[in-house]
Formats: sequence, structure tokens, C-alpha cells
Amino acid sequence: MRHKYDEKKIRRVIGEKVQFVQGDASAVYGALLAGCSFFAGYPITPASETAELMSKLLPKAGGVYIQMEDEIASMGAIIGASWAGAKTMTTTSGPGFSLMQENIGYACMTETPCVVIDVQRSGPSTGQPTEGSQGDMMQARWGTHGDHEIIALSPNSVQETLDLTIEAFNLSEKYRTPVILLTDGEIGHLREKCVMPEKGEFEIIDRKGPTVGRDKYVPFQADESLVPSMARFGDGYHVYVTGLTHVEKGYPSTSSAEDHDRLVRRLVDKIEKNRKSITMVEKDYQKGSKIAILAYGASARPSAAAVRKLRRKRKKVDFLRLITIWPFPNEEVRELADRVDRIYVPEMNLGQLVHPIREAAEGRAKIIQVPRIGGPLHTPKEIMDAMRKKA
Amino acid sequence: MFNKARKIKEKYIQDEMWPSIFCVGCGVGNVLNYTLRAVDEKRIDIDKVVFVSGIGCSSRLPGYIDADGLHTTHGRAIAFATGVKAADPDLHVIIFTGDGDAAGIGGNHLIHAARRNIDMTVICINNFNYGMTGGQVSPTTPTGGFTTTSPYGNIEIPFDLCELAMGAGATYVARWTVGYPYETIQAVKRGLDNKGFSFIEIITPCPTGYGKRNEIGEGKEYWEWCKKNTILKSKYEALPAKERRKEKRIVMGEFRNRKREEFVEELWKLTKA
Ligand SMILES: Cc1ncc(C[n+]2csc(CCOP(=O)(O)OP(=O)(O)O)c2C)c(N)n1
Ligand code: SF4
Repeated sequence: MRHKYDEKKIRRVIGEKVQFVQGDASAVYGALLAGCSFFAGYPITPASETAELMSKLLPKAGGVYIQMEDEIASMGAIIGASWAGAKTMTTTSGPGFSLMQENIGYACMTETPCVVIDVQRSGPSTGQPTEGSQGDMMQARWGTHGDHEIIALSPNSVQETLDLTIEAFNLSEKYRTPVILLTDGEIGHLREKCVMPEKGEFEIIDRKGPTVGRDKYVPFQADESLVPSMARFGDGYHVYVTGLTHVEKGYPSTSSAEDHDRLVRRLVDKIEKNRKSITMVEKDYQKGSKIAILAYGASARPSAAAVRKLRRKRKKVDFLRLITIWPFPNEEVRELADRVDRIYVPEMNLGQLVHPIREAAEGRAKIIQVPRIGGPLHTPKEIMDAMRKKA
Repeated sequence: MFNKARKIKEKYIQDEMWPSIFCVGCGVGNVLNYTLRAVDEKRIDIDKVVFVSGIGCSSRLPGYIDADGLHTTHGRAIAFATGVKAADPDLHVIIFTGDGDAAGIGGNHLIHAARRNIDMTVICINNFNYGMTGGQVSPTTPTGGFTTTSPYGNIEIPFDLCELAMGAGATYVARWTVGYPYETIQAVKRGLDNKGFSFIEIITPCPTGYGKRNEIGEGKEYWEWCKKNTILKSKYEALPAKERRKEKRIVMGEFRNRKREEFVEELWKLTKA
């Protein structure tokens, strides 16, 4: 009994081609279109809607939905299911994302494709469950222990939530790594028009399987892509998967600096060396701008509005929106820092991505935080006011 | 027995992983032998078996088997295994776990998997302490037992793991010690036969950890200690009620073997509908 991708069935399950839905729903549609066949989760505001919709749609689309006993189990289950050949996903918010961290690291170390959607809410701790925030940007990067590289994307609309969920699956399959989609309570609960992409309008990437026979197969040996081919449990390849430092055959090697260095550097390099192709940004530059706004996710919406208003007043301003958050778009930020004198960074936190932005800018422009916490989005006016106060 | 062990080794053991990490006199390797014999006697296609484990000495077992293996995080074997089994119900899932792994950090997953009656066979190697980390107190350390973190004797009441599994809904439950190979092999076979959650506890010597601090000794002495401190279920049940209440030994035998709806089967009914 194995899942088969059946596009007709999936489209039937999703329904109308054009819908007016929440970001939490469009994430589910994106997952189904990408071929997700296994979902495990645990309810949490503001992500519960994804689990509810998955429980309704996924069995009809030929997949399996399980509500696990907690987020640790959810993360474990999607990793196990991925080795059994499924494309897998879980969704959560801050407190649950914290619980998932150990197993996210396990997925990095064992090169297990899977997707985690974090519909961010205001923390720390239980915080403000129904209020959106961008408080987990750094947790997504460094929440799990040890050296590693991670891929994280952040959408600013309901449509983009769908598109980036598909992209998240594709990147996780291509690089054999967990991919985090950082949405938030604002985008997750926002209702907007959403158009289901047609066949041919989006790509579906599947992990590559073994190309050699069982006796020649070396499970963690990579070619120049740095990504090994992945055998599925039950196909007779006898793969041993461990979170311990391991050699290419998969066996543990826990006291060799050389083996550890070789493995961890490859895990980092397979993402780091593809930073260019993973990076997605939206650029809107004007010749002669001296100032810029750099934003991402929900806070990119009032930021874009502020840019429009400023331009209406004939002020020149550049706008850069990060879609890929990790690996960090260093070059794009540096390029912007070369163009302007001051970069304003509205974030729904007290300053998270402002740090890698400053690092990437290398002093070529002044980086000014425009923080806001507690729930509501920035207003465009608030951003413009901050820009007036020439820091 | 010796010839059979050699046959099992040739057929199922991953030579490149040898020698094992286990201490002299450790009983974990015996459990591997018994489990593989049960798999062999049931003629299960090894390509369709996934051995899943958490973290601990006992959880290192899948690494020694020439089969698919998933060595997960501490306490989470059952959660990972739930994903494996639910995504591909054709796979047989066998879990090796320790007392700390299964009932300490992983207790929540254990009771929920038992409640769901998900088809998997959990082999819990109970050595009364955290062997891998140097012999700390565990949820099964007997009251009064000495460990590196119960230097004045354990003040806590231990779990009866089989009672716990049954209370949560497991459909096959048995307990043996490594000193009962045939009974253990039989229990694993019945666990594999059971279409549901099977929990088999095997009391296992850990001379380096629990043995040393409680002056149990090594090798033969430890196996004797296991025998001395356990009583067969049939004998226990034959005792007069008064003596039963006073009985301090751990009861051994098959406690449950019954049928109930299995989780993954129900899950896939929704998918096929
Ligand atoms: C989250 C986490 N906490 C703690 C540890 C350290 N640790 C490794 S093995 C272990 C205990 C193992 O005991 P048990 O499950 O009884 O297995 P045994 O070694 O006795 O076979 C602990 C606490 C860990 N690896 N991960
Ligand atoms: S510490 Fe105990 S359980 Fe671990 S290998 Fe040694 S004897 Fe076996």
C-alpha cells in the first residue's frame, strides 16, 4: 500500500480553481499539489486550521493524517514517514516549533526531506496565542543544536503561501533537508484571493533514488551535487539511519574529527554552495535612491505601502523583500547597501534579521531597526515616521 | 543452540559493525539473538522489516542488523515508527528501546501508541538503569536500588512496564528475562503475529551499571540474580492471596494476547474510502 500522486484526485479535493481563503488553507493546497501524502501535527493557534483542513482533505487525496500526542512526536512521525517514501509535513506555532527543534536537527543530520510550517505567534512562552509575530526567524536558523545549514522561506500573502509551500517541498526533496516555511498569525488568518496553479505552471521535484544495485549502494555517498540518493525503507537496500556522526555507509563514527568534519561540512555545503539558486527576493529599486526599506513576510505589506506613499510624494526609495530567509541572501543585501545610505528594517520582533542584514551590509549603509511587537502590523505611517527621524 | 546462533549471525548480522559496543556480560546482545531467531522462525522477509530505536545501549541494536534501521532521538522511537508504519503499512516495525528510553523520556509516546493499538512490536530491554550515560536512576529502578544518581538508595516507586502498557491498551504484553530464551523467542513471535501493539519487556543484565552498584556481579551471577528476583506468572497465581500481596519478586510470563481494531488499518480505510 503506497501512495501515488493523482493530480486529478487532488484537484477534485481542493475544489474551485480560484478561492477566497486563509493563508492556513492555501498552505494545505500547496502541500497537496506538491504531493504531500503524510501529515502529522498537534493543534496550536494560529496553525490549527492547517491541521483541520489536512484531516479533511488528505485522506481524500490518498494520503494519511495523524494527530500525534505532541509536536516532538509529530516531527518524529514525519521523519519516519519520509523514510517510508512519503512527502511529509507538519505545521505548528512558536511553542510547538520549540519542541520540534531536536528532531529538526535529526532531519538535517540524516538528510531527511520534510516540511515544517511555523505560523509564528507572539512569544516568548505562551505569549499572545492569537497575535502574529516574526519572533522565530532566528529559532528557525539556530533552534537546533550544532553546526548546520537550514532552508527557510517567508511568504507575504495567501497566494505566496501556496506557492512557497510547493517550493518548500521541492527544495526539501532536492537537497534532502528539512525546509521551514515561516508564515505568521497575520498571513495564516488573512483571507485573500488564491489561484491554484495549473499543471505546467509549477514544478514537482522528487528526491532521487538509488541508481545502482543493492550491493553497490552506499547510502550517504554523494556525487558532485553533494546530495546522496535516498533509498526507501522496504526496498531491500538495508539503510541504517542514525543521528550520530556517520560515515558514507551510514555506520556511526563518533570519535573521528575527520569523519565529523567531512559529514557536517558536506551538509552545510550542499545548501551553502546553492545559495544563489535557493535565494528568492523581490526587488523594486529606483535610480538615485538614498534610502531603502528591507522587509519580509507580513511586515513587508505595510512596508510596500510606505514605499508607494513615499514615491507618491516624489521621494526616491528602494524596496527589497526577502522571500528566502535562510540561507541568508547576503549578496542581495550587500548590493542594496551599496546603492543607498540608509536601510530601514521593519520587523515584528525586537530585532532579529537586522543582525544578518548588518553583517551582510558590512558598514556600506546604516541599518536602522523599526521594531514592533504585540500583534498588530506596523502602519505605513509608523514606518514613514521612523524614516523621518533621521537616525 | 550454538549452530543456530551461527546461522542467525551469517544471515542477519551486519559484519562491518562488529565488534559491538556492549560491555562484557551485557545482556543486550542476547536480546538481539532472540529477536532475530523469532524473525527467522516466522520467515518474515527481512527486506520488509524496519528496526527502529531511540538512544541508549539497547537502542544501538538496529545498527548490528543487515536490514533497514532507524536510530532516532532519545525516547522518540515509537513516534518515528508511527510515521514509518502509517506511511507504508506493508512494513513490519520492530522497536528496541531501553527502560529510560521507553518509559522515562518516551513514556508519552508509549502510552499513546498502546492506546492506538498501532501494529508494531516493542522490545523493551529493562536493565533498571540508564546504562549508556553511566548508570543513573531510571523509572524502573527498584526502590532502594543504588545508581549514580540514587546514591542513598532509590526513594521512588518504579513503573511496572507491563501493567502500564496494558492499562494504556496494548494487545500483546509479556515479560521475560534473558535467562528464558525459548520463552522470549516465543513471546517475540507472538508479538509479531499480533496485528496491534505488542510490548515485550526483557529483564537484562547490565553489569557495568546496575550490577556494579548493587553488588550483583557479572555473567552467571547476574543471570542467577534475574532468576532469583522473578517468579513465573503461573506460580504467582497459584499462591494464596495473602502471600501474593507480600510477593516482592517480579512476575514473568504472558499477560495479554487479545484482538482489537488496529490503528493503521483504520487509518487506511479513510484513505481508500
Ligand atoms: C534528549 C536527550 N536527553 C538525554 C540524553 C542522554 N542519554 C543518552 S542514553 C540515555 C539513557 C539510556 O537509558 P535506557 O533507555 O534505559 O537505555 P540503556 O542505555 O540502559 O540500554 C540518556 C539519558 C540524550 N541522548 N538525549
Ligand atoms: S552499560 Fe550496561 S547496558 Fe550498556 S553495554 Fe554496558 S552492560 Fe550493557
